[in-house]
Amino acid sequence: MRKFAALAAVFLAAANLPAGNIRTPSPDYSQFEKKLSKDQSIVHALNRLAFGPRPGDVEAVKKTGQEKWIDLQLHPERLPDYTPGSALPPPQQKMLRAVYSSRQLEEVLVDFWYNHFNVDISKGADRRLVPAYERDAIRPNVLGKFRDLLGATANSPAMLFYLDNWQSVASDQVRRPNGKRPSRGLNENYARELMELHTLGVDGGYTQQDIIEVARCFTGWTIDRPNQEGAGTFRYDDRTHDKGEKVVLGVTIPAGGGKEDGEKVLDILARHPSTASFISKELARRFVADDPPPVLVARMAESFRNTDGDIRAVLATMFGSREFFSQGAYRAKVKTPFEAVVSAARATGARVDSAAGLANQTATLGEPLYRKIEPTGYSDASSEWVSSSALLARMNFAMQLGNNRLEGVQMDANRFSKDPAVAARQMLFTDASSQTLQSIRKNRVLEKPLLVGLLLGSPDFQRR
Amino acid sequence: MTTRRIFLKSSALAMVGIGSTPSWLSRALYAKDAPSPRKKILVAIFQRGAMDGLNVVIPHGEAAYYDLRPNLAIPRPDGTPDSAIDLDGFFGLHPSLQPLKPIYGAGHLAIIQAAGSPDPTRSHFDAQDYMESGTPGAKATSDGWLNRALAQDRRGSPVRAVGIGDEIPRALRGPNEAVAIASVDSFQVRNPKGAAVFENMYAGTHDKILNGTGRETFEAVKLMQSVQKRAYSPANGARYPEGKLGQQLTQIARLIKADVGLEVAFTDVRGWDHHVNEVGAKPTVGQLANLLTQFGQGLAAFYTDLGDRMADVTLVTMSEFGRTAKENGARGTDHGHANVMFTFGGGVKGGKIYGDWPGLEREQLYEERDLEVTTDFRDVLGELVSRHLGNQRIDDVFPGYDQPKFRGLVKG
Repeated sequence: MRKFAALAAVFLAAANLPAGNIRTPSPDYSQFEKKLSKDQSIVHALNRLAFGPRPGDVEAVKKTGQEKWIDLQLHPERLPDYTPGSALPPPQQKMLRAVYSSRQLEEVLVDFWYNHFNVDISKGADRRLVPAYERDAIRPNVLGKFRDLLGATANSPAMLFYLDNWQSVASDQVRRPNGKRPSRGLNENYARELMELHTLGVDGGYTQQDIIEVARCFTGWTIDRPNQEGAGTFRYDDRTHDKGEKVVLGVTIPAGGGKEDGEKVLDILARHPSTASFISKELARRFVADDPPPVLVARMAESFRNTDGDIRAVLATMFGSREFFSQGAYRAKVKTPFEAVVSAARATGARVDSAAGLANQTATLGEPLYRKIEPTGYSDASSEWVSSSALLARMNFAMQLGNNRLEGVQMDANRFSKDPAVAARQMLFTDASSQTLQSIRKNRVLEKPLLVGLLLGSPDFQRR
Repeated sequence: MTTRRIFLKSSALAMVGIGSTPSWLSRALYAKDAPSPRKKILVAIFQRGAMDGLNVVIPHGEAAYYDLRPNLAIPRPDGTPDSAIDLDGFFGLHPSLQPLKPIYGAGHLAIIQAAGSPDPTRSHFDAQDYMESGTPGAKATSDGWLNRALAQDRRGSPVRAVGIGDEIPRALRGPNEAVAIASVDSFQVRNPKGAAVFENMYAGTHDKILNGTGRETFEAVKLMQSVQKRAYSPANGARYPEGKLGQQLTQIARLIKADVGLEVAFTDVRGWDHHVNEVGAKPTVGQLANLLTQFGQGLAAFYTDLGDRMADVTLVTMSEFGRTAKENGARGTDHGHANVMFTFGGGVKGGKIYGDWPGLEREQLYEERDLEVTTDFRDVLGELVSRHLGNQRIDDVFPGYDQPKFRGLVKG
């Protein structure tokens, strides 16, 4: 009996341990139920659908009405266009559009989708192929049907080159009767990334055999003389296409097909429920929070499925949700280097005569534009952007901008108050934290350029 | 010369004598896995573009080498300035690598011939990625082998892992804090008053992510300030060559000698992709010779500059793949397979060429065109991580590579 009591005591003690000590607690999404104030909502919308507010933007959105402004951003064709000189290097064009275009959501989405379907401009022929890739494959489709966007990237020479599909040929092509120089065979690179990164997600339910079958479907999708100036267009080469039967995710693609085998794969993938969920989660990570509430992602995925992958509809679901305009989402994201640089130029109302300096700064902060080597694209997780060297680079960038020492950029520090709290509201469009203001006051910062630099380099400004 | 380790040990023993050894010191001196006051350091240099290893460590004893490269081969050693420098009767150094010969002669420089990646890719992009992630064939690996080589230690120095440059290199990305330092002098907020305010802001912020890294940053900045104050001049008459590599190696030597807790450093040297005009009018001129001159002088200067400190330091070089055994029609070579790696310092047993020589006869070549890989690059790096840095978890550093074959490069 005494023995039993002792044992029971042990069990009771174990049962009394809070669950958190044993396994990791389930995430708490209660902050996504808490509303924002009207003023917070407007700043939040400008930080998410745009690259941060410019002076006057908050008032303008107020005047238009927040809902109407969001609807306008979802229909960029109703807003004035802005086109930088097409001879400028791609990073400079991207920078100028982000700073100046009224179609801010379109620019945010071009950044998002380019990164989702990443191509590294420094890989061989992609040096020449990337401008057309963004212009013709990405930009026209950022608010359209996902299937169209996917198809445009799959058919683009830039992607075919980047993920080596242009070299992928049916494996029976390898067997050469004369035994001379071993030829290439099936290249699985595109097939793998297509499912892992572009559509289903790594846990989306495909196997290694699916990768091989998909790669077989895309054999013959190649490029006409990729390394030749002026050439480099899509070409379907029927001689190198695998004519056999394939089974992709349980769907049979009959033998004897041609180019349409690849298109059929894109149909299957674009309509797969894993794709609806994966794309919705990626969008919510970008626009809402690093770890977005699953209920929101589920509603977005439902929109995706109900509209045959209409990106505009999925975004409308997200922007219309209470989670989007919630305390859980407010200032929840650390800005990427690109967002930090663009939002600083916008917040200060700087005049950008040449974007070369700003583009270089983005690289120094850790995000060389169009130069992400890995097919994953740049990370959308806040922690990835916070390293010692990156933080120092952000502070130095802020000081340079405050002192007007950035090549090609003109900023007037005198438009800001010398009162730190007032100047902070002018730049952050909300109150700065008391720690930030105390640090400035304690060190008696009197010079306006220094004050501007400090606010732009503050922890407060690194969030959106 | 008395090294600091010996000094510490003798002073500790003296304290043991009087019964008052501070616990950290005894841990440091006697515990196998305890942090030592002076950590082992691994320096990795990546030669981007695929160096032509066959013209760097020349198989002058192999007739096929001269048959395959009528215009590019480095002549057999004959004592003249444009012939190979003999190492062991079969291999010789490119004449522009003369500065490395004394290090080899002293038994410190080891060479691994026919080393490389088992992955067949001839894409620079993929091969560099695989060599830096340490996982050939697996593209999803998000971190690098040199980061994983570090023991996870939140209390480590803020500059324990340094990439010399503007970005954290692929090999250094991962769970352990790593910093990119373009140069010691530039690692600062370039406005003293601004620096003080920023430090206050980041120390006080309630923003968890920014607060943590902010503190680390300013700790690193403070450490760098102490280094920045002392103007640096290389010791023992070492002279770093002009150019980027010389500058980068100077920064690494400066960090090592400043004792700021550096454990791993990474830098790269570009431009080894010589499809055209690899060799000039004679072996000691032209693109390859120019790069090798910088490379040899830089490594030798680093070795000389560190002097006795080399006991704690091992340097290793790598390049994503080698080049075709046969020269092409443009006085150059194309993308190949195996290459050569160098390593010296620490406990490296040098003065020797490691690795099985696969030969250059047609049937011996990989896909009938390239030098075959006989040593996996992870065998070399794994041995340095394990026996020099003391990290035994090789399966964490090189996931999926559970049976490394160490070559006995490091004294056991």
